[in-house]
Amino acid sequence: MNTIIEIRNLRKDYHVGEVTVHALRGIDLKITEGEFVAIMGASGSGKSTMLNILGCLDKPTAGDYLLDGINVSSMEKDAIARLRNQKLGFVFQAYNLLARTTALENVELPLFYNPKVRARDRREAAIRALEAVGLTDRMHHMPNQLSGGQQQRVAIARSLVNDPVLILADEPTGNLDTRTSFEIMELFQNLNEKGRTIVYVTHEPDIAKFATRNVMFRDGKIYRESIVTERLNAKEILETLPVEVIEEFD
Amino acid sequence: MNYSNLFRIAIRALIRNKLRAFLTMLGIIIGVASVIAMLAIGEGSKQKMRGQISSMGTNMVMVMPNFQRRGGVSLGASSSMALKYTDVIALRNEAVDVGAVSPEIRASGQIIYSNKNTQTTIYGVSEEYLSIRKLEVLSGRVFNANETRSMAKVCILGQTVVENLFGKGADPVGLSIRIKNLPFLVIGVLKDKGESGMGQDQDDLILAPYTTVQRRLAAIDYINGIYASALSEEKSPAAIVEVEEILRRTHKLKESTENDFRVMSQSELLKTITSITDIMTYLLGAIAGISLLVGGIGIMNIMFVSVTERTREIGLRMSIGGRGKDIMKQFLAESIILSILGGVMGVVFGYLLARLAGSLMSSQAIVKTQSVVLAFIVCFVIGVFFGWYPARKAANLNPIDALRYE
Repeated sequence: MNTIIEIRNLRKDYHVGEVTVHALRGIDLKITEGEFVAIMGASGSGKSTMLNILGCLDKPTAGDYLLDGINVSSMEKDAIARLRNQKLGFVFQAYNLLARTTALENVELPLFYNPKVRARDRREAAIRALEAVGLTDRMHHMPNQLSGGQQQRVAIARSLVNDPVLILADEPTGNLDTRTSFEIMELFQNLNEKGRTIVYVTHEPDIAKFATRNVMFRDGKIYRESIVTERLNAKEILETLPVEVIEEFD
Repeated sequence: MNYSNLFRIAIRALIRNKLRAFLTMLGIIIGVASVIAMLAIGEGSKQKMRGQISSMGTNMVMVMPNFQRRGGVSLGASSSMALKYTDVIALRNEAVDVGAVSPEIRASGQIIYSNKNTQTTIYGVSEEYLSIRKLEVLSGRVFNANETRSMAKVCILGQTVVENLFGKGADPVGLSIRIKNLPFLVIGVLKDKGESGMGQDQDDLILAPYTTVQRRLAAIDYINGIYASALSEEKSPAAIVEVEEILRRTHKLKESTENDFRVMSQSELLKTITSITDIMTYLLGAIAGISLLVGGIGIMNIMFVSVTERTREIGLRMSIGGRGKDIMKQFLAESIILSILGGVMGVVFGYLLARLAGSLMSSQAIVKTQSVVLAFIVCFVIGVFFGWYPARKAANLNPIDALRYE
């Protein structure tokens, strides 16, 4: 198995006025292809900082970060932007879809920044990504015409569209109700089964049990790492849940 | 990111905020429209004046007595008598670059026909005067040499005089009128000439032989001016020099003495008026340009608001692979599209405005290609210039801060 992420003695300090906050105090982490990792921890434990660094949105103060064999720590700004575009897919807690823009156009967005994708292939790639999340019938809806779960699916389609090596999700179910959360986790499990490497942050132990491995952060350090033994299957859980009558807006 | 992508992204972003985009453009639209309209009105009135002056004859050369003033005291009386009919003869005989020459003697007085009367200027002239001043006879004829020699009491009326005495469109040829109580036979009527460039009625006049006016009406032995025509417009500067030389000689002026007359040409007048209307046009254009500048600042303001309001969007674009320069280009493209589109609408609107103003002012408004091209260049520059700073601000945002922005 290829190593997707390799982190060695990674540190991150913030300077707030004269006080230095040590957000990360020496992290060593390895994630291989096909893994499904949940990063857990209380707020202030450093898990969000970790995800930002993994997503190349933030630079570490010290230490090495190798993404798909490339050392990110020494890279130029523009090269890092290309990395974000082609190697990474982001899913946010607040979905971060462009308002007054159709689902399809939202999904197309990362392709505009990818010089390898030709204009005529763009639409087709976006449609394929929406198919993968099961939203082909909502392609031309605006975000405000979609439910929270549907918006998060659009966001996941957007993260998939450039065929990244890694999908990063920051509390992807944080704004969703239980049933919809399970639906999103079902989607992630499906994608993972097809070989996608996924790393997500959550503070809910239930949600973490859908992953294959849990990494627990405390005070800027990895407190515990564990393989999930009683892994939950989102599809099975959904079948046991009473079917709610979902009102559709069309 | 290639340019078609860039503009597609920018256009989509603008479409998401149609009303705001339009209001931003409004500043540019008004600015460009007023510049285009002002320049067009200026150009139109310039062309109109030019046309009117050329219709008076661009090769015309005028000689006037020089009213000298010394220490504020006018020496008018003696110097205004400087020109004599002998000067006309001298010019006729000696000047090479001059074609026709005519004296002009002015007298004003009351004109009476039956129970109507009017006040006007009677010009005592020779037959050449009509060709020099580009006057045409509508009906009747011009006085002949015999009538001039015999100081005949014949006259030619301008249209305004005809209208005042006989009513509009009447043909008074053959009738008799009284000028300063002397009976005159109307032998001709002049064609309508309209207002001059300076708003003077060019039809309010009566022409009569210079001998008649000089002796019978004005009772003077000098003349008020000389009208001549240079052989062509190009020769008029040479004609001026020649006229000056001849008149200095006939007036027996010493080297050190100043001219007691002034020579002017219509082409000089044309130049003066053109430069005045040019200044007017530029002044109007500059004032309109200020509103264009204000429009540009409006764009900058909106782009700033837009950058702040769309901070999260910028963060998202960065997180999915947009580089700083992509973000910058997008905002620049937005402001350029706004200003160019505003420019297009402004040109159309300005053109309509110019036509409306033209029809109201009964002068044509002429939209020149140069001013349209200039407007587009200015709009592009405004778009880049006023879009640059907000765009840079957007490009320099930190992706995490931008994503977390509330």
